[in-house]
Amino acid sequence: MSDSDKRTISLPVLGEVSRRTALKAGGATLGLAAFAAAVSPLAGLRGRLSAQELMQRHYKELSADDKAKIFERLENEAKERYGADVKIKDPKAIPGVRYGYAINLSVCNGNGACMEACHRENNHDRSTNQSYIRVFEMPIGTTDFKHGDSTYTHDVPREGKYYLPVQCFQCENPPCVDVCPVEATWQEEDGIVVVDYNWCIGCRYCQAACPYHARRFNWKEPQIPAEEVNPDQGYLSNRIRPAGVVEKCHFCLHRTREGRQPACLEACPTGARIFGNLLDPESEIRTVLRTKRVFVLKEELGARPTLFYFFD
Amino acid sequence: MMRGRVLIPIVVLAALLMSIGLVRIMAGAGASPRSEFLAATMSTETVPDETPRWLVEISLPDGPPRVVTDRVDSMGRAVTVSCASCHSNFDANTSRRSADEPPMAFHQGLTFQHGNLSCVTCHNPDDYNALRLADGTRIEYRQVMESCAQCHAPQARDYERGLHGGMTGFWDRTKGPQKRKSCIDCHDPHAPKFPSMTPTFKPLDRFLEPTRPGD
Repeated sequence: MSDSDKRTISLPVLGEVSRRTALKAGGATLGLAAFAAAVSPLAGLRGRLSAQELMQRHYKELSADDKAKIFERLENEAKERYGADVKIKDPKAIPGVRYGYAINLSVCNGNGACMEACHRENNHDRSTNQSYIRVFEMPIGTTDFKHGDSTYTHDVPREGKYYLPVQCFQCENPPCVDVCPVEATWQEEDGIVVVDYNWCIGCRYCQAACPYHARRFNWKEPQIPAEEVNPDQGYLSNRIRPAGVVEKCHFCLHRTREGRQPACLEACPTGARIFGNLLDPESEIRTVLRTKRVFVLKEELGARPTLFYFFD
Repeated sequence: MMRGRVLIPIVVLAALLMSIGLVRIMAGAGASPRSEFLAATMSTETVPDETPRWLVEISLPDGPPRVVTDRVDSMGRAVTVSCASCHSNFDANTSRRSADEPPMAFHQGLTFQHGNLSCVTCHNPDDYNALRLADGTRIEYRQVMESCAQCHAPQARDYERGLHGGMTGFWDRTKGPQKRKSCIDCHDPHAPKFPSMTPTFKPLDRFLEPTRPGD
């Protein structure tokens, strides 16, 4: 081995360095730094992401054992982060049930108790008063959102206005489900469109696809005092959602699949809300469809909502 | 007048009906566009339902109300008396349509805005511990909804169908009971127009100022 060979081997870069190589190396270093800076918020966002959570598979691929472990982990997380003893369950769709909801616009007076009930039932972030429902004050004569206002604070009802509560309509043909690139959202047998909050990548396509503004994005980890956490939680419904995922109304499936009424219905002081099984011809919801003047929002889009509005 | 008497037994009879095997036949085929619209997601098979159903409990007054007077007891609480404690001593004033006329000592705070009715349209001048219907039939306070239904038939019809009035409990009464409000839980019988309300809760997402960087 000659002396010149030794030099080349011992100093491979400096020996034959070209401008191009130097630029590549420098660029790679800067690029790495920029990438690290760009993703640094993620480190804070999911800093407590456990290996188990990282490796968790899609809801539909989970065995009963998997679920038991995941629910236990989530319950422990709720204890650790919120100081609350919660119970996470996973009620299944009841065979022969397809949910329908109807709201009586002759009776709704826009008081917004439904929004608050949703807020509390579904463990929403307290600082933003998040809720799956928005009540729009609408001028009589239109159903176009652009004329509506959800920020009113004056006494209700007001002359010349009507009140339009909007939440997820659990469409029969849900555009939000079609656009999800990772199948993190789907429609269950009973018509409820659910989200696997641990599978969602937070791309928000579904939010853009929903014609009814029914989906919400969790900009941050919800803040809820321990004593206000609702411990009655469903995996696909009201468990506390992580930051960075999309969520939506699920017709309170942790209640309704046990036969109970949704929280917003029980809270309504005007009795404007009617919930039930569309497949049961004797049900109240079917009686509404049979005997009242019923419409759905943006019918022309073909999403086929199963939340109906009606008049006395 | 038959309504109230039907309502409660309906609740009790529901279990009976179910036990004799009330067969439900799914509607849908070839009717209105609405049912065609629904038919897409509906099975057309018959579903025999033999599951007994829980009762519907309607919150109704147990008896005559106590009337607030202008007196207070040693604890500062308003003294209340039964209707008959005074009205058994007075003849009924059938022309009276307001509590604002003197004497004011009784019926404190009572506002009356209910059409052109007089007190004894609903209250029974022969027995103030009871109500009466338009034909003079005496009814108990528990039967108050029969009184309302005499004039408000569409609401009474919708109530019977479960389309009017608030409720809590179970939508599926094979799994649990349902508790429904009565007319007078939401409508003050003396001023039945549903009151104006102040919204107490507003989601802040559309007009919230950022509270900290990154929010």
